Amino acid sequence: MKVRAQFALIFNLDKCIGCHTCSVTCKNVWTNRKGVEYAWFNNVESKPGIGYPRQWENQEVWRGGWELADGRLQLKSGSKVSRLLNIFANPDMPEIDDYYEPFTFDYARLQNAPLSEAAPTARPISQITGEKMDKVRWGPNWEDDLAGEYDKRARDVNMKGLERRIYAQFENTFHMYLPRICNHCLNPACVAACPSGSLYKREEDGIVLVDQDRCRGWRQCISACPYKKVFYNWESGKAEKCIGCYPRVESGMPTVCSESCVGRIRYNGIMLYDADRIGQLASTRDEQDIYDAHRSIFLDPNDPEVIEAALRDGVPESWIEAARRSPIWKMAMDWQIAFPMHPEFRTLPMVWYVPPLSPVQSAIDQGKLPTEPDGTLPQAGAMRLPLRYLASLLTAGKEEPILAALNKLMAMRSYQRSLHVDGTADLRALERVGLSEQQATDMYQLLAIANYEDRFVIPTGHAEMSLEDFHGFQGQSGFSFGNDSSPGISANSLFPERRKETIESLESAPSADER
Amino acid sequence: MEFLHNFIFGVYPYIATTVFLLGSWIRFDHEQYTWKSDSSQLLSRRGMRFASNFFHYGILGLFLGHVIGLLTPHAVFLALGVSDMTHQWLAISAGTLFGGACLLGAIVLWLRRLTNPRVRAASRWMDINILGWLALTAAAGLITIPTSIHHASSGDASTMIRLAEWVQSILYLHPDPSLVLDVSPVYRFHMFLGMSVFLFFPFTRLVHIWSAPFGYLGRAYQIVRVRRTR
Repeated sequence: MKVRAQFALIFNLDKCIGCHTCSVTCKNVWTNRKGVEYAWFNNVESKPGIGYPRQWENQEVWRGGWELADGRLQLKSGSKVSRLLNIFANPDMPEIDDYYEPFTFDYARLQNAPLSEAAPTARPISQITGEKMDKVRWGPNWEDDLAGEYDKRARDVNMKGLERRIYAQFENTFHMYLPRICNHCLNPACVAACPSGSLYKREEDGIVLVDQDRCRGWRQCISACPYKKVFYNWESGKAEKCIGCYPRVESGMPTVCSESCVGRIRYNGIMLYDADRIGQLASTRDEQDIYDAHRSIFLDPNDPEVIEAALRDGVPESWIEAARRSPIWKMAMDWQIAFPMHPEFRTLPMVWYVPPLSPVQSAIDQGKLPTEPDGTLPQAGAMRLPLRYLASLLTAGKEEPILAALNKLMAMRSYQRSLHVDGTADLRALERVGLSEQQATDMYQLLAIANYEDRFVIPTGHAEMSLEDFHGFQGQSGFSFGNDSSPGISANSLFPERRKETIESLESAPSADER
Repeated sequence: MEFLHNFIFGVYPYIATTVFLLGSWIRFDHEQYTWKSDSSQLLSRRGMRFASNFFHYGILGLFLGHVIGLLTPHAVFLALGVSDMTHQWLAISAGTLFGGACLLGAIVLWLRRLTNPRVRAASRWMDINILGWLALTAAAGLITIPTSIHHASSGDASTMIRLAEWVQSILYLHPDPSLVLDVSPVYRFHMFLGMSVFLFFPFTRLVHIWSAPFGYLGRAYQIVRVRRTR
């Protein structure tokens, strides 16, 4: 057993209102720069839809993620040798138009235009070439709220196995939002694909980062990430991705997208897991078993054995304590209402999702939907969003866990409704799904009330454990040795290297227990 | 004129090599953020699979061919049973093949860089310049082929041997420009262009060659950066 801590997130899709505040705050903080205008570390998609970049989920097109070759994990884009042989022109590389051509508007024209009969217009300008664009044909969120033709949106791979025509009818239309960021996977395909070894997972919190100095722009990560969440900065020639807002997380603050979420749908917390089992669990034969395999990698932070092993492996006490209070553990493990997106990609993603309910009040009023025992709330399996669609998205097509989760969410509502409307606790729905009153109350507290301190249980980072010379680091912020990006720390330096600044006694201290 | 010849074939190689090595080292040391292949595939993938592969495999073949053909001592070739004529025909055919592939790819890539509005907008002056220079060098190399064929078909390997000896004289720090004094100007033109590539090298995207990721083949898939102290 090798215990590691992972900074993980859960998005409660049931409460996402698709306001894009997360995307905009993230954009303003991290990607408002030349070369990454087109890149959205956080985006919110309307589902069903082909998403951003187009068809990102379709690995027949992009060959991202992992597959089993003779029972062994291999990147879907091929062996190491074949991928190196193709390095001069990555055959799976998306083009900027698969995302969209970044544009701004000629706002100055509104003020500069000579006096005329017609009002002046601000035409779109390409942010790459600076030329006027005749028409903006695609954007980061072109399908927002089911915009565009159904036929195009229905190419969504999650519609596989669904009768596409039926859902084309207005009466049967369904819709949900899917906010996406980097999943900071336990078995990241981007890291595995990087020929220069610039992508890495941090041991202390599992955040996946790109070493900007080491990246050589081989762009294997761009195509290998099945979620298409590594972006190529065409100005700097380097890969960039969501950094899990690590400077904030290290100080105990939630990510920008989570903090700014209007619907309070985002949860940040710590999970302990057994790093020795990553390979074995990611190569689970049946795709539909990967969700269960993924759950089995997490370690119970209340288990004395786990605690001992965690301390031995250098997980700080405060982090184990945070793992005990983790909202992620509650939703993913205790209540089993959260799921990893597309487990079949075999990357073991660490952003999980609570599936959305989609009750239709008017259909219930007309008695057209089967209801829970309270006679008011519809049964989960009978709602507008096809179970199969959610299952394709979250459990590689296995419907039972999704149905069970939706039933729990409905039961919790039914119970709370009885408390608040009828004034007496109606436990029938809870009993049917096997939830205790306490659990239902806790779920209500975390999901519906969603207090800040419950949503975000983030221990501060331990810089003293991750820096060689943390006293030397203190007070140097904003002034590094070398230039802005490089501290000048290559192995064989031509020029003077930064030396350790802290003075320490050359004599080693005697051990405490020596007599 | 002789001064210029002695400079280009006696001193210039050392200037180019020094700048090549020292420049690369300093850039790697201090400007690693600029150390990259600088791919433009994201902006336009049209023709990239064809042109980039032709260019890269062509130029790799040329590089290896030059290294093996010019740096292997004459005696070793003879000991291996490679006669001068075999060597020369081999060089001609490999040079034509890889040179042609490289030039074809380079021209397509160069035109793409100049005419594709997105790629052009993202290009720096040196990106356009170095690609053109490589194409010119490859073209100049191909121009020497008829002369070489003429030599080979008349059974004359002396030029080839003298070129190799000159390269080795540079390598052994006994520069002898007189070895290539009588060599046809087509060869000398190509040699000048080629040496200049090394001079420009540290200031261009070519530095990514140093980072050819062979280490990837022997590496574990996952990389976890561990805390520095334990």
